[in-house]
Amino acid sequence: MEPNLHLWIIPLLPLAGAAINGLLGKRFPNKLVATVALFFTACSFGYFCYVAKQFVHLGTIPHIEGYGTWIQAGPFRAEFGAYLDQLSLIMLGVVTGVGFLIHVYSVGYMEHEGGYYRFFAYLNLFMFFMLTLVLGNNYLLMFVGWEGVGLASYLLIGFFFRKNSAAQAGKKAFITNRVGDFGFLIGLFLIIQHWGTLQYNSVFQQVSSFAIEAHPGLFFAIAICLLIGACGKSAQIPLYVWLPDAMEGPTPVSALIHAATMVTAGVYMVTRSNAIFSRSPHAMLVVACIGAATALFAATIGITQTDIKRVLAYSTISQLGYMFLACGVGAYTAGVFHLMTHAFFKALLFLAAGSVIHAVGGEQDMRKMGGLRKFIPWTFWVMTIATFAIAGFPPLAAFFSKDEILWKVWSSEALRPVVGEGFNKFLWFIGIATAGVTSFYMFRQWFMTFFGEYRGADAEAAHGHGHDAHDDHGHGHGEPHESPAIMIAPLVVLAILSFCGGWVGIHNKFDGFLSPVTRLQFANTATSEEAVTPSEKAPAEEGGANTELILMITSVGVAFLGFGAAWYLYKAHPEKPAQMAKAAGSLYTTVLNKYYVDEFYGATIVKPILLFSTSVLWKGVDATIIDGALNGSAAGAQETSRGVRRMQSGNIRSYAGWVAVGAAVVIGYMVYVGVGR
Amino acid sequence: MIPLSWYLLLSAFLFICGVLGFLIKRNIITIFMSIELMLNAVNLTFVAYATQLKNLNGHIFVFFVMVVAAAESAVGLGIIIAVYRSRETLNVDRVNLLKL
Repeated sequence: MEPNLHLWIIPLLPLAGAAINGLLGKRFPNKLVATVALFFTACSFGYFCYVAKQFVHLGTIPHIEGYGTWIQAGPFRAEFGAYLDQLSLIMLGVVTGVGFLIHVYSVGYMEHEGGYYRFFAYLNLFMFFMLTLVLGNNYLLMFVGWEGVGLASYLLIGFFFRKNSAAQAGKKAFITNRVGDFGFLIGLFLIIQHWGTLQYNSVFQQVSSFAIEAHPGLFFAIAICLLIGACGKSAQIPLYVWLPDAMEGPTPVSALIHAATMVTAGVYMVTRSNAIFSRSPHAMLVVACIGAATALFAATIGITQTDIKRVLAYSTISQLGYMFLACGVGAYTAGVFHLMTHAFFKALLFLAAGSVIHAVGGEQDMRKMGGLRKFIPWTFWVMTIATFAIAGFPPLAAFFSKDEILWKVWSSEALRPVVGEGFNKFLWFIGIATAGVTSFYMFRQWFMTFFGEYRGADAEAAHGHGHDAHDDHGHGHGEPHESPAIMIAPLVVLAILSFCGGWVGIHNKFDGFLSPVTRLQFANTATSEEAVTPSEKAPAEEGGANTELILMITSVGVAFLGFGAAWYLYKAHPEKPAQMAKAAGSLYTTVLNKYYVDEFYGATIVKPILLFSTSVLWKGVDATIIDGALNGSAAGAQETSRGVRRMQSGNIRSYAGWVAVGAAVVIGYMVYVGVGR
Repeated sequence: MIPLSWYLLLSAFLFICGVLGFLIKRNIITIFMSIELMLNAVNLTFVAYATQLKNLNGHIFVFFVMVVAAAESAVGLGIIIAVYRSRETLNVDRVNLLKL
């Protein structure tokens, strides 16, 4: 008998917090609001710890709990239930743990903002949906969470809804995600059509009876549809455009939703559906290509950005590209490993950036920072750890995860049915190039923010305070000042995690822990198929060890290269970048303007749709047909009554005349037909 | 014995007189008298047929009509007096408050 872990408690606790704060919080003092929000997230995290402790005692993994039927339609059935395996356990840990830390941070960060209760209600609501997404035991529950986090993201991006750009960014995020959700839904319909269910275990069980490439078209179609959904949520090409704009939200939101948790939902979904993806090497190839392209593309944009949060946003997109690249070559475990470390160091980067923004009074432009390490030493040190971590310096977290991905990209055989070995090398090259670029722009940010002279003071005097202040930190402000302890404490915890978080991956421990999830699909299949499966271990054991070491050294070398370049350009010769930008000319402006992708989408998609909606749907269908039919029938009735009204003249003799005529007609008719004869 | 058709012709003539009077005249009293004329034309038809068919129902109906006509005249005259008091006219074209 399996123990009942009551997993439903984990998501419901934040929901309770959201309900209390959302419904009653308006009258609460700020302290009470914060207490409620923190209490429920802390409980959720605490319960997760209990579950994690029980996890090792579980006899069967995945551990599935059903709480009742949700939808019953003919043979199709979707239930409320929880699905706990290694993957959801890690995701739960990341969401509740990092989520809790960011809640703590927000207490300090949002202190001077309006709508305090609203913020925490949304944040808790987000936690609820994210946990539903991760914990649900069927695709439909995942979809509920999927949509829910989209909603929470929309609400939080548009948190400063009085600011037009924030409201627009919220809409952009929501609408872009709808495109992805459409693909996701089609994928789910295909799954229902072919396997009649959305429950993970039965879908995977039925899928596992197929050999690789048994139904190439079907699996490719489903995988691509799911991938479109993942691209929307995880900000991959071509649907990544919403994420940079999402930085309009408060910084803790950027850290929680747009760096650590929600945007990784796509990676989670692909990993969860690995049984489907693994059966279509073509789809895997598409995943890998999208991941690689996004990684490099976003990283190059990151070089030119001057807004401290936007650099991080493009960095997030780039890192997510890494995770997709890993999934694409069948290294799901490496992808999830990077997901976890990324959650730590990217949340830390965002929160530290928030602390910097807090320190300089709402300024986000790095050109107006500089020399801040003297003013905000704590922030400086945690930021340093995070920067070195993301750049991939050993022994920090991302070194292990990124290295794992690059090694898997080099050695994986998952794509072998489609492309040759050379393509793996090509993907690896893109990956390593991205690593170099990542290192460069992160250190560029680091140098620009913390070294040199403080450039904000006179700019401040010239423009007056609060100019261009994004987060409306309107409080009086002279010198940059360190953030309060409640903001620093989570930073320190995350810094420790960013430092040590990668160590779980030493000796492939993490890989070994997570691999049952990706092997699950093959459990029921014949052994002949086992041979076909992309075996990740075998090449690594023997001659691979040397190659792995060389690759590792290369990636560290590239990280140093990025560091050196950033040091040379932004520390030693601060005047150089401007000259180089001038020399690069149009190339620089193109990158600075994000390759004009927004403009391209605006011209090719948004404008035609807008035009079509305005001229055809609005002016044509709505105004002419729908309104026309309604107004026409009303006008017709009016016209008729206007005619008939004449009979009601008030003239008694005309009434009498009508009566006489009517009587004459009746009599005439009766005479004609001869009644009574 | 006068044939039935004569009675009927007379009755039709009277009835048409009543209808025309009702339609043409403007004075309420005259209109009222036209109504009485129509009723009596109908009465004439009733009794003519009753005699012809040797059936008493027609006679009985005539009494009904007379009673109703008497009641109607009483009410109608009451209304006419009320109208005259408030409007100070008996011209039906000027009693048209109920129109749109």
